[in-house]
Amino acid sequence: MKKLLLEKDHIEGIRFYETYRREGGYKSVEKALKMSPAEVVDEVKKSGLRGRGGAGFPTGLKWSFIAKPEGVPRHLICNADESEPGTFKDRYLMEFIPHLLVEGLIISSYALGSNVTYIYIRGEYAWIVDILEQAIAEAKNNGWLGKNILGSGFDCEIYVHRGSGAYICGEETALIESLEGKRGNPRIKPPFPAVKGLWQRPTVVNNVESIAAVVPIINMGGDEYAKIGVGKSTGTKLISACGNINKPGVYEIDMTISVEEFIYSDEYCGGIPNGKRLKACIPGGSSVPILPANLLLKTAKGETRYMNYESLSDGGFATGSMMGSGGFIVFDEDQCIVRHTYTLSRFYWHESCGQCSPCREGTGWMEKILKNIEYGKGKMKDIDLLWHVQSNIEGNTICPLGDAAAWPVAAAIRHFRDEFEWHVLNPEESQRRNFGLAHYADPLIPIGELV
Amino acid sequence: MIQFSEENLKKVNELISHYPEGKQKSALLPVLHIAQQQFDNWLDVPVMDYVASLLNILPIEVYEVATFYSMYNLKPVGKYMFEVCRTGPCMLRGSDDIIAYIGEKLGIKPGETTSDGMFTLKTVECLGACGYAPMMQMGKYYREHLTKEKVDEIIEECRTQSVNLN
Repeated sequence: MKKLLLEKDHIEGIRFYETYRREGGYKSVEKALKMSPAEVVDEVKKSGLRGRGGAGFPTGLKWSFIAKPEGVPRHLICNADESEPGTFKDRYLMEFIPHLLVEGLIISSYALGSNVTYIYIRGEYAWIVDILEQAIAEAKNNGWLGKNILGSGFDCEIYVHRGSGAYICGEETALIESLEGKRGNPRIKPPFPAVKGLWQRPTVVNNVESIAAVVPIINMGGDEYAKIGVGKSTGTKLISACGNINKPGVYEIDMTISVEEFIYSDEYCGGIPNGKRLKACIPGGSSVPILPANLLLKTAKGETRYMNYESLSDGGFATGSMMGSGGFIVFDEDQCIVRHTYTLSRFYWHESCGQCSPCREGTGWMEKILKNIEYGKGKMKDIDLLWHVQSNIEGNTICPLGDAAAWPVAAAIRHFRDEFEWHVLNPEESQRRNFGLAHYADPLIPIGELV
Repeated sequence: MIQFSEENLKKVNELISHYPEGKQKSALLPVLHIAQQQFDNWLDVPVMDYVASLLNILPIEVYEVATFYSMYNLKPVGKYMFEVCRTGPCMLRGSDDIIAYIGEKLGIKPGETTSDGMFTLKTVECLGACGYAPMMQMGKYYREHLTKEKVDEIIEECRTQSVNLN
């Protein structure tokens, strides 16, 4: 498969301008600046690119919503606040091929008419700020940024803005609040950022990977890009794979490979270590539903499941999951779903901004109930209470953090209820691992061999 | 008197220039990072008041931000702060054991600082290094693929030589 984003990540010195340029970098800027901004937007629309941050909204369509009131500046913000547990793909891109992001930002800023563009990066990625600032300075010194770029009359500056450790700032309106120097409390929509965003100006917020993907889209043309992949999952996707696999890391895939191939092939995750079996997987970042191995590798209808938007969500939340941000978390047979769900609930409780009561109170309740169950102090009715709490958070909050906190809990109970019950029934052994529940029905191993 | 160094003042002015006129409040988060770096890695009230005066905003505007974001320390911390991730993906790779081991080795619980002021142990939520777990942040950088041996080495390194945190 041809890689579009990570094709050159192994080349020594690709982090620096000279090498990047020699390898064909910034060609897309030369091409794009000869087109009109509307033509650039059209190419991105034609490409079928879907936002790579998690929601999967078509990028070209998002761009076409930006309001253009006379005399009001517009802004593009790159969302580099990557904080979804299991996701570390943007970090890889920024750390090793920073110029790809800068190149994408120049074209995207041109398409949107943003003369001042910001990269909002999570505070913990402190050393990457230096890498990006150096790349921006190199680009500027070589005439790709600043006034009248390549004589096109287009001016553009890019600034890196460092956040300070808040998952919620990955939500676009919270990110905008944070960039204005405030607490990261999401705004009520409408008005949408495309109309009133940063400093009440029209604003588009795009994920790092989405912006980087604009480079190959312009280079090859939107129609050609759309030919890669399948259905509405066009192009390539970065997957950050972690958990119990032999080769954790960031992989670029075209979205036609099966989940099974992704986990077991040596080209990607390389299988499960120590001869253990696959128990479960969260395929798209911690917020999306966890799936037991049997539903992960095959859909409920018994068809092969593929690594793309449609196939991963086949069956809805009852028997499917989501592509999400591409944070792929694999569990081997020894892992405890209750404990893992407890850590995720603690995460969402910690990260709730506290604005909406269902999320502020609900995440705390879920954390406490799960902690009780995990440490052998739970009762059977707690499992129903947990279900009740999560269902009252979902859909009742200003931003999607509420849903993101509710979904993993719902899916864990839906598919692994017997593990919760096991914890209640075996309080003395609640800290034991590998308690051998048959849910890790790995379809690759004959049923007779299962514990 | 609380005052940024000349170098840091230059950085602050550079930051303010990134935003439109009158929107200098936008520089607040990055400026607080600089403040923390200069003033012993935590934000005392007089420091926050100083930042407010620099950005021409009310002190309360700084307090509400400083209390919201987890990277700002509102009380003194040790010279070396071990911020160990404990969220799901790190947990799957044994972060619980690493946290317990560091605690045992330093004789402190998460959230505490050693009596000599050298080390603080802090548990944090997902730092975006799930593929390189277990891991922790120390100053500006990540320490990844942690094992007990590696933890020993890091502690030794901190005790015997000055480790670059910025």
